[in-house]
Order: sequence, then structure tokens, then C-alpha cells
Amino acid sequence: MSGSSNIVAMKKIVQQLRFEANINRVKVSQAAAELQQFCMQNALQDPLLTGVSSSTNPFRTQKLCSFV
Amino acid sequence: MKRKCSCKRHIFCLGLFCFIYILFFKMLCGPGERYLPRKMAAQEVQPSETIAKLKLESETLKTKLEEERAKLHDVELHQVAEKVEPLGQFVMKTRRTLKGHGNKVLCMDWCKDKRRIVSSSQDGKVIVWDAFTTNKEHAVTMPCTWVMACAYAPSGCAVACGGLDNKCSVYPLSLDKNENLAAKKKSVAMHTNYLSACSFTNSDMQILTSSGDGTCALWDVESGQLLQSFHGHAADVLCLDLAPSETGNTFVSGGCDKKANVWDMRTGQCIQSFETHESDINSVRYYPSGDAFASGSDDATCRLYDLRADREVAIYSKESIIFGASSVDFSLSGRLLFGGYNDYTINVWDVLKGTRVAILFGHENRVSTLRVSPDGTAFCSGSWDHTLRVWA
Repeated sequence: MSGSSNIVAMKKIVQQLRFEANINRVKVSQAAAELQQFCMQNALQDPLLTGVSSSTNPFRTQKLCSFV
Repeated sequence: MKRKCSCKRHIFCLGLFCFIYILFFKMLCGPGERYLPRKMAAQEVQPSETIAKLKLESETLKTKLEEERAKLHDVELHQVAEKVEPLGQFVMKTRRTLKGHGNKVLCMDWCKDKRRIVSSSQDGKVIVWDAFTTNKEHAVTMPCTWVMACAYAPSGCAVACGGLDNKCSVYPLSLDKNENLAAKKKSVAMHTNYLSACSFTNSDMQILTSSGDGTCALWDVESGQLLQSFHGHAADVLCLDLAPSETGNTFVSGGCDKKANVWDMRTGQCIQSFETHESDINSVRYYPSGDAFASGSDDATCRLYDLRADREVAIYSKESIIFGASSVDFSLSGRLLFGGYNDYTINVWDVLKGTRVAILFGHENRVSTLRVSPDGTAFCSGSWDHTLRVWA
């Protein structure tokens, strides 16, 4: 009965859309501000951002260390 | 005498009346078939009416969803970030080149110890490298080609991989280099099409997989049991990423249906869905805070979606970039987004301002995979040119 399976599939889609339509949302301005705040708070701990010097970044050292 | 006559007449009239009435009644109620066809016709009409009603409702809901999202779209991310200091010049170079694969590198993952890397390639080989020394520590040959997914276990004691064999297998890594790893292989996941991505959850005990069969699934490693399956994509699922552990039990997946879906791992339900890309989504990665995720697609753009605003908040694209982005990852603070592209380059984007801050050359073929190391000191890219490069 392809008719009833189509109905079942459509009902699922409608149910999912109802669920998604009802979630709580915040304004983009607020969400963006929080993303920015996270970046700023963690900027100093980001080695790729701040450019860690050769002595502290194991990948930047030219000499290969052997770990005992 | 007159009365007798009138009685007879009356009887006659009554009889005639009854006769006419019965005739009329029969015409009305029929031989039943008159009503039945109408009733059956009404029953046949109901299913298609219901489908039409449901379709209308789904269209209305979709419009409502767009309206709700649009209401909150009061500003763009890069406008909010105007006051942020722009980033300076970036000097990032290849610091290590890992050579050893005999064919296209398809996937790689970092170990939590920040120095080991597992990579898989088209020729079926899975190699574990020490990225500091570029030495190969383990090598496994899978029984299939196109090993499209590989992942390091959180403990560092095992790796998971899979591809055209439709399975995800876990190989415990032993300290004995001579031991045949293939002998201890454990088949965990079974899909009905190729395995496109896999990831351990917070422990070595569970694996999350995505497949060309359009589903994602959560498996128990020890028993191989399916714990939860996630249905909702209309085509192959190409990528997935788990939310950072602080933010809870969700993950995001991207597929060939151009949709990125956020799922609740416990219930299997899709909680949010985003469809703004114009082509297959090859890679998804959570923002370090867990409140947003980025995606890379064959439409040559990378996009940022905020989960609380429930919408796309930034597009990272340039007219000069016409090749698809195969793989994306964030730096530790989330300020930088690294994208590996099919035009052999890696573009580095300022996440907040939406501008490109660097373009890295080096690979001689498509960049197929890219991951930032766990401590953010470097990132590794794998390419169809058979090599992996560690950049810092």
C-alpha cells in the first residue's frame, strides 16, 4: 500500500518540522557577540593565532629530538 | 351509498399513493449500489486528500521556520566583529612531510598525545605516524581499498577505520612492532553502503559512524551492538563531528542532500537542520565552544552556522575560489578556520570578519583531509598527492 507509506513518511516530515519550528532561538546579534567573546577570551591560548616561537612549538624546532 | 363510494375511492387513492410511494422509495434507496459507490469513492479520496493536507502543512511549517529564523536576523557576524582588531600576517609553513602512502590519502586523525597521527589511503593502508620524528609506528593493510575514514581512540591504544567494506573495524595498537595488527581486528559497525566517517565518543567504548547508506549510527565497540541509529538524511552522509564534551550529547552530520543535521545521541532525533549549501557537504566541524559549527562544501564555500540563533551566520567564499572545500577545522580559539580545497590549496579564514587571511601552497593534488592538533600548536593536512603535511 504505497499510499499509506507515503502518508507515514509525510507525517514524520511534518512532525519533524513542527518540532524544529518550536525551538527557542536567540537573536543573531547576541549569538554573534558570544562567538566573538569566546574568540577573544581564548585568543592568547591559541598557538596558531599568536604564533608560538620556535623554542616552545615542537613542530617548529629544526632539530629533531629523540624521546627516551 | 355515497359514503361507500367515497370509501372505495379512498382505498383506491391510498393504494395508488402507497404504490407510488414504494416505487419512489425504491428509486431512492436503491439496489444499495447507488450509495456504496459514493462511499467507496469517498474512501479513495481520503488518502490523497490527507497527503495533500500534509504537504500543505509541511510547506506552511517550512515557511514559518524561515520566518522565525529571519525575525532574529538583525545583524551579520562580520558587522558585530567590525571593532575587533584585524589579524596580522600569518607565516605558516610545512614543518613535516609524512611520506609513505602509496596512494591518495583520504583521512587522518590526531592522537590525544598531540604527536601521533593515523592516516588512511585509497590503497587500503592505514599508517600510524609519530609526527615529531616522521617515523611510521604501525601499518595495517585493510582488506578493502578506499579507506575513507579513520579515527584515533581517546586512549591512544586503538584506531578505527573503514571504507568500501561498509564496516568500521577497530585495531588495538600494540607496543610490539612485529605483531600483526590485522589479527586482532574487531569489526564493530555494519552499514549497507560505504563508511564515510567515524569517530570515537568520549571513551574507547563507543564509535559513531556515518555512511553512504544515508544513516549515522552509534555502536558499542566491545559487543558490536548498534546502540542508536540516526535517520533523516535523504542521501549519502559524508561527514560528522561530535560536540565538545562540555556541551553535551549531540553531533552534527553533513551529506549529499546539502543538509547539515544536528542530532541528539540519546534519542536519535534530529534537533536542528540547516540547508543553505548548494552542493554536497564534505566536512563539518564544531566551533570550540560548541555553540556553532562550520561546514565545507563542493559549492566552494565554507559556512558558519550558529546553533542558538538556528541559522547560517557567515559564508567564507571568494569569487576566485571555485573548487570545493573538502575539509575544515578551527584553531583552538575559534578565530581561524582552515579549509582544505580541491584546488590543492589551504585557505585560512578569519571566522569573525569573514575574510581570508592566508593561502597555503604545498600540496600537489587535492587536499582531502585536515585536522588541527589537540593542543592547537599545528595542523595536519592529507592529500591525493600521497603525503601528509604538518603546518605550524
